[in-house]
Formats: sequence, C-alpha cells, structure tokens
Amino acid sequence: MSKTIYHHDAGFSFTRVGALILRYTYLLRSSWPRLLELVYWPTVQMLTWGFIQVYVAGVSGRAAFAAGTLIGAMLLWDVLFRSQLGFSVSFLEEIWARNIGNLLMSPMRPSEFIAALIIMSLVRLAIGLGPVAVMAMMFFGFNYFALGISAALFFANLVLTGWAVGLVVSGLVMRHGLGAESLAWTVMFVLLPLTSVYYPVTVLPVWLQPVAWCLPPTYVFEGLRALLIDHTLRLDLMAEALALNLGFFALAIFAFRILLERAREAGSLMQMGE
Amino acid sequence: MTEKTPPAIEIERLEKRYGGVPAVRGISFNLAPGEVLGLLGGNGAGKTTTIGMIMGLVLPSAGSVKVFGVDMAKDRYAVLHRMNFESPYVDMPHRLTVRQNLEVFGRLYGVRSIKDRIANLARELHLEDFLDREAGALSAGQKTRVALAKSLINEPDLLLLDEPTASLDPDTADWVRTRLETYRRERGASILLASHNMAEVERLCDRVIIMKAGAIADEGTPDSLIEKYGRHSLEEVFLDVARAPVVQGAAA
Repeated sequence: MSKTIYHHDAGFSFTRVGALILRYTYLLRSSWPRLLELVYWPTVQMLTWGFIQVYVAGVSGRAAFAAGTLIGAMLLWDVLFRSQLGFSVSFLEEIWARNIGNLLMSPMRPSEFIAALIIMSLVRLAIGLGPVAVMAMMFFGFNYFALGISAALFFANLVLTGWAVGLVVSGLVMRHGLGAESLAWTVMFVLLPLTSVYYPVTVLPVWLQPVAWCLPPTYVFEGLRALLIDHTLRLDLMAEALALNLGFFALAIFAFRILLERAREAGSLMQMGE
Repeated sequence: MTEKTPPAIEIERLEKRYGGVPAVRGISFNLAPGEVLGLLGGNGAGKTTTIGMIMGLVLPSAGSVKVFGVDMAKDRYAVLHRMNFESPYVDMPHRLTVRQNLEVFGRLYGVRSIKDRIANLARELHLEDFLDREAGALSAGQKTRVALAKSLINEPDLLLLDEPTASLDPDTADWVRTRLETYRRERGASILLASHNMAEVERLCDRVIIMKAGAIADEGTPDSLIEKYGRHSLEEVFLDVARAPVVQGAAA
C-alpha cells in the first residue's frame, strides 16, 4: 500500500468540527442577505416590544414595565428561538445544497456534526443578537449585560433548550425530507404561550400550569421577572431549568440518532435536495 | 506483507426492501484490490441502492457489506477515510468557491497538506481557471471535474462512482475516463463504477455485473459476456439481458 496523504482521527475530531465551521463561515461571508437576515428580525422585534413597553409603562405606571420585563423577555425569547433556528438552518443549508450525502459519507461523525451546528448556533446568535442588545441599551435603557451572572445563566439554559429542539427538527428533516422543513421556523412558537414569556405562569389556567413547569424556559422567564421586579436571583429556578434541560438534551441526541438510523433504513438520505 | 489482503468490497446475500417492495434481492459479489468493477442495469435495477448500502447511507434489510474487511453496519468509521465517491445524487455547496469546497472536504478527510493537494488536483484535472469561482456558477463539465476532484481529495483506495460521465459531452466524458484510468494505474485503487454507458464500461472495467430487478442477472469480463451472448458489444449484451423476462430466484 502506498503512503497515505491523510491523517486518520479514529475518535472525535476537532479538525473535522473545524472543517464544518469553516464551511459555514465561508457560506455566511459569501452572502450578505444571510447576514442581514440574522439582524433584521430581532431588531424589528426589539423596537416593537420596546415601544410597547414605553407605552404600557406610561399608561399603567407599573414598576414591572419600567424595569424592562417586556423588552428583557423579548431578548431572552429571541435567544431561545434564534439558538434553535441557528442550529436548524445550518443543518438545512446542507439539505438545500444536496451536500448531506457528501458529509455523511465522509469520516465526519454525527457527534462532530452536532458540535459544529451548536458552535454555528452561537456564532449566529452573536451576530444577530449582539447588535440588538446594544440597541436595546441605547434606545430603551435596557442593559442585558448588566444582569451579570444572571444573564449567563438565562442564556445557557435557553440555548440548551434551543439546541435540543434543533436536534429533533434536524432529525425529522433527515427522516422525512424537506416536507418537515417548516418545523424549523414554527415548532418553537408552541413554547411562546406555554413558557409564559411575557406574563407570570399564574396567568395560565390552573390545569395548564403543570405543563408550563415541565418546560425549562418557563423557569428562565420567571427568573427574569424575579430579577427585574424583586431584584432576586432565583438560583433554585436556574438549577431546575438546568436539570430539565440536561434531560431534554440527552433525549434529543437520542432522537437525532434514531431518526438518522430510520433515514438510513428508508433510504431517504439518497433522495434529499432542494 | 504476509497477511492476506481482504477484498476492497465483499458483499454477501445483500437485500434491501422498502416496505414490502424488494429493491435488492440477496446479491453477493467481491471487488478485488486494484480491480475496476462495472455495475450495469436499467433504471430501477438496484444499482444506486447497492452503492448506497456500500457507502452506508442506506441500511441493508439483510446480508452484509464489508469494505477492506470491515463490516460497514458495525464500524464504517474505521474505513470511510479510505473511500470516496461521486454521485449525481449529491452536489457541492453552490455558494462556496471550488477552492473553498475542496479545502473543507480536505479537512474532513484529514488531508495533511491541503493547499498542495488542491494545487495538484487543480493541475491534474484542469481546474485552475475556475478554482476561485463559486461552484454553483460552473458548467456541467466543470462541475463533474470538481466532483471528481472532491472524490480524489484523500487519494482513496476505494472509489465509488455512480454515473460519473452522465450528461457530459463526449470530449469531457472521454477526458474523465482517461483521468480515472490514470488514477487507478498510479494509485492501484479499486473502483466500483455504475454506468449506463456501455462503451465506458467496456473501456474501464475488468469485470461487469449486470443487475436486473434487484438481482444479479449475469457477470463476467466484458469480453467473456460478449462471447457468451454471441454479440459484438456489451451494449447488445445489455439489451439481451434487459429484454429477457425476469425469472425470480435466477440470480447468480
């Protein structure tokens, strides 16, 4: 056998993760509409909710609104939604490009693919929400970064939920093709009323409240209100959210692997494309 | 080397059913190291499903696929770095340039000196003029050369090619065949080639398997098949096999 020109990493390879990140970086750099899209909608959302908050605070005089609960909740909702979308869209780029077969036939392992999608989700979040958080500070005086350790705990819990949902959506697209694509844009919205983004859980009907408490983001949004209104960091809520998130994330990885196997059984990986 | 070298591909009683519908019916064959094997068959004969199972993108319903002695159902990551493929069922990301695409795949395959490797491939496959053009802006012939470059990025010991010259003009197709012959000769690689182009198969392949309705209808060297059927070309043999009634259970 002649000498090989490659190095074979038998286990998890950061080189292969880096290759995928390079691929997505080249894609983002090549397309300014993709970059604009990352910032555009969060900006529109932030301005809308910021002005609503200014109006409601003026009419009702409630300290809660003055403290920025609406705009804070909107920013955290976008962390949740955009982390899932960033994960799912990077995956969908491979389906749209008919590149998924090339990747799955390469030495790249599913765990490396997932790692790259998670990193790209963070990159997309930074590009999209970084400027919006700064604008929220400039226009409405809401400084997310001033929340300090709380901001980090909120962020970590929300992105974990986002990645778990992104994993399941990506698995469903692998198994069922682009017919499942719209889930990437819609599935997270079922959490919008259930996780009490803009109002306390007690607003929900009593029978629905246990469902809300099964969802990790509920703890984050309740934690945000406790912080802004009562100036209390509820570490108990953050710990419960983290425990739920770790369980959901493990289940999502399991679901992704099962759906990948089902896709291989059904032969659907050979038929994907735009 | 004292150990016996395993076949590049070893397929035993391989089956694939979609629902209750059989796509591949218990086929068995080997691809020897350094051999070029042609996989022929009409549309729906089971060629692409067979290649999909060899690549690990499709799970067999029964039987086994071994590549260099490794069971693909159990340990495909032990050999994927030694393989590569070209298929009309996949594409390169359109927004990336040819150079960027090759760089990404070079890194995925762990190629050591990627810039040198890309430069060599660009020279060998005449990619220099469009190396920094987006892949989506290329002509069909250019795309085929880029896909070939991607399939050779890791200098694979096993190359799976599904219709590598489909939709190419005769000049470009001939050029691709010449490159494949050169690669096989210089590298000693094994090649599994699925094609509808009989002249291509006659020229490139040491041995041919003709599939029909998911089974192996016949196999042999191109010359032996032509002699067996009393024909002048492999195309005539193919037509004889394709037009013969399907006899269930008659697979080789």
